[in-house]
Amino acid sequence: MADTLVAPADLAPDALSAEAPRKGKRLMTLNMGPQHPSTHGVLRIVLELDGETIVSAKPDLGYLHTGIEKEMEVKTWQQAVTLTDRCDYLANLSNNLAYALGVEKMLGLEVPAKAQVSRVMLCELTRINSHLVWLGTHALDMGAMSMFFYCMREREEVLKLFEMFSGQRMMTSYIRIGGLALDHPRGWDKKVKAFVDDFPSKIDQYESLLDNNPIWKQRTIGVGALDVERMIALGVSGPMIRAAGVPWDVRVDEPYSSYEKFGVRVPTEFTNNDVYDRYRVRMFELRESCRLAKAAMEAMPEGPFQADAPKIVLPDREKMKTQMESLIYHFKIVTEGFTVPAGEVYVPVESPRGEIAYYIVSDGGNKPYRVHMRTPSFGNLQALEALFDRKSIADSIATLGSMDFVLGDTDR
Amino acid sequence: MNYFLLTLIKAGLIAFVLVTVLAYLVWVERKVLAHIQLRVGPNRVGPHGLLQPLSDLVKLLFKEGFIPSHVNLFFYLLAPFMAVALSLGSIAVIPLGPQIDVFGIKTNLGLADVNIGILFMLGLGSLGVYGVALAGWASNNKYALIGGLRSAAQMISYELPLALAIVAPLLMFNTLSFREVVDAQGGYLFGFIPQWAIFQLPVPQLISFIIFLIAAFAETNRIPFDLPEAENELVAGFHTEYSSMLFAAFFTAEYGHITTACMVASVLFLGGWQPLWPAAYGSDFFPVVAHWFFAAICFWHARQPARSYDRYTMPILGIILFGAGGLFLVPFLKPILVPLFWFLSKVAFLIFTFVWVRGTLPRFRYDQLMRFTWTFLFPVALVNLLITGLLVALTTK
Repeated sequence: MADTLVAPADLAPDALSAEAPRKGKRLMTLNMGPQHPSTHGVLRIVLELDGETIVSAKPDLGYLHTGIEKEMEVKTWQQAVTLTDRCDYLANLSNNLAYALGVEKMLGLEVPAKAQVSRVMLCELTRINSHLVWLGTHALDMGAMSMFFYCMREREEVLKLFEMFSGQRMMTSYIRIGGLALDHPRGWDKKVKAFVDDFPSKIDQYESLLDNNPIWKQRTIGVGALDVERMIALGVSGPMIRAAGVPWDVRVDEPYSSYEKFGVRVPTEFTNNDVYDRYRVRMFELRESCRLAKAAMEAMPEGPFQADAPKIVLPDREKMKTQMESLIYHFKIVTEGFTVPAGEVYVPVESPRGEIAYYIVSDGGNKPYRVHMRTPSFGNLQALEALFDRKSIADSIATLGSMDFVLGDTDR
Repeated sequence: MNYFLLTLIKAGLIAFVLVTVLAYLVWVERKVLAHIQLRVGPNRVGPHGLLQPLSDLVKLLFKEGFIPSHVNLFFYLLAPFMAVALSLGSIAVIPLGPQIDVFGIKTNLGLADVNIGILFMLGLGSLGVYGVALAGWASNNKYALIGGLRSAAQMISYELPLALAIVAPLLMFNTLSFREVVDAQGGYLFGFIPQWAIFQLPVPQLISFIIFLIAAFAETNRIPFDLPEAENELVAGFHTEYSSMLFAAFFTAEYGHITTACMVASVLFLGGWQPLWPAAYGSDFFPVVAHWFFAAICFWHARQPARSYDRYTMPILGIILFGAGGLFLVPFLKPILVPLFWFLSKVAFLIFTFVWVRGTLPRFRYDQLMRFTWTFLFPVALVNLLITGLLVALTTK
């Protein structure tokens, strides 16, 4: 509300009094954000209100612009991985994966089976993490305050798993070009198993709080619907488009990282395209991700966790002490990095929010020439203006929550 | 003169206790909500955060009372005062217990025994909307304005079912005085079913009670009806532009409303200070047993301290509870304390319900809220009133 420090003329008390001339219907401009509890970050929406009905909504992006795409151009290929975490800070590993897959494709690098399956497992855990944050904040927006804490309880377990694998809770940078950053820690399978076995019962808990709650249903069913063709044209992807009955999922349509082995189920029974169906789709995906993570954990092959590419992947510390070559490669990779053949590549990955894709251009040097991200948050936000049209403020909050955007992902 | 002095003493006493209780309601709410939400709640200031309300008060007192330049100053300052005065005012007419005898002076446990107490309470409650609406309008802030408008419409709409829900038991008791309402709920059916309004024949007022509670939630702007201050939509709603003690005033008003609503609900529907079972079966000794039971728990915890200081704090608490339980046995204090205990336990249970609901339910949408009251709550209250009236007319000679 920074710009209302000076009272707008149409709101000054005397302008509302009987003496003021009344020229037809006047609209109220409401500045929602960038500091607003339910814009989930620093999204600013300029609303034109007629009473409580939104006449027009203009999203104003860029408050969290960090210049990550540009910054990548001055980092070596391997260093740039750490920047991908910072875009979508709730789906770090999906971002890691999309970037790593792109560079690996340009390098023609074959990633060992263990790393591939491990990536599937971690990306599914990431999806659980992200959907839990979404569910908690979405319910909080609707006034169901306690859900947030229940979701954070389980998210904490996922973050502990990430910490176990990579040493980091959020900015893991665990998926690197050529495989993983570290081998799996000791006892990882027990911890993952404990989580995936326990988690479905927790989903039941969430549903028992929300599914049959008449207020929750009233607030969500039939709210925030939009024509499917329009949504596709606007570039909406992920759970939002799946809730409209479009079974588009990159994991199934363009499988990567051995996803084809696990038979990902895409929900098709949700076609109402409203906030409730988006909630149902994400609850379905929580269960499905849990199943996939479990399947990946059980199918985890033995073997190396990094590709056999000494010029790209850092050598084993032990070998560096005994082998001259390893030491030379280590020095070369750390000081100047490796080069990637000139060319360009576009790799999509299914992030929790939708299709995230990295468009990477190389000029043959040791740094990316250009990296552009096609981010699902940005794509989904395109539908905001159409979704808000002629809705009440309360509905717009519900719709905004159901879009599940992350501003870091939008503004980059 | 004697009467004047007595009233002054009672007013001072009730005001002091009330303000303390309201401050501690914040602590209770935060603590209960925290445990619902897997948290610990305030636990830094004093044991179990018991001094938190005090520190909050000191903090709020010493905060800068920032008044934005674009407000309508008169109404901006008037609104919080109105809110507090109107919300605390109605407690004056609510009786806390029966007539007692202190040093030979017969007096009522409660500030004023007005024979139109219920009308007075309803009137003050209806005026309560002014505090919120004026605050929203005078702040000259868009969020506050929307919040104020929402609340004006909401409170006025829910007045109707609230009033209708109150009228139904009044038809049965044929009085407008709170004291007579409670007296009419004495006695037991078959010797053990309390004759509270929600159990009393010819029409057990359970539906009225539920409607009253729902409307009370709306009147006090609590979840699921907290639209005027829906923080995820309207930042802080009508009190967005208030800070320091002016902000605290709105909070006091909200908790005052909750307390009033719970007290009225206990008096009208739960039999006020009438115990749950007859004194013949020892209901007078229940407070003693309850206090001593909790004292025993304290001593048990002192034996197995969860924290190192529990070894010292728990016995102290145990002794206090033991002594408090013992007070109920003193013949001189018994007739004052036992009714008070029953009345306050009912109020406490209802207040707990308020917090419990806040930890569970999502929020209504504005139009759904209005539709709910006009198309469901109001007709149900009306039908309930008609049935009650009919049956009362048929059964009374």
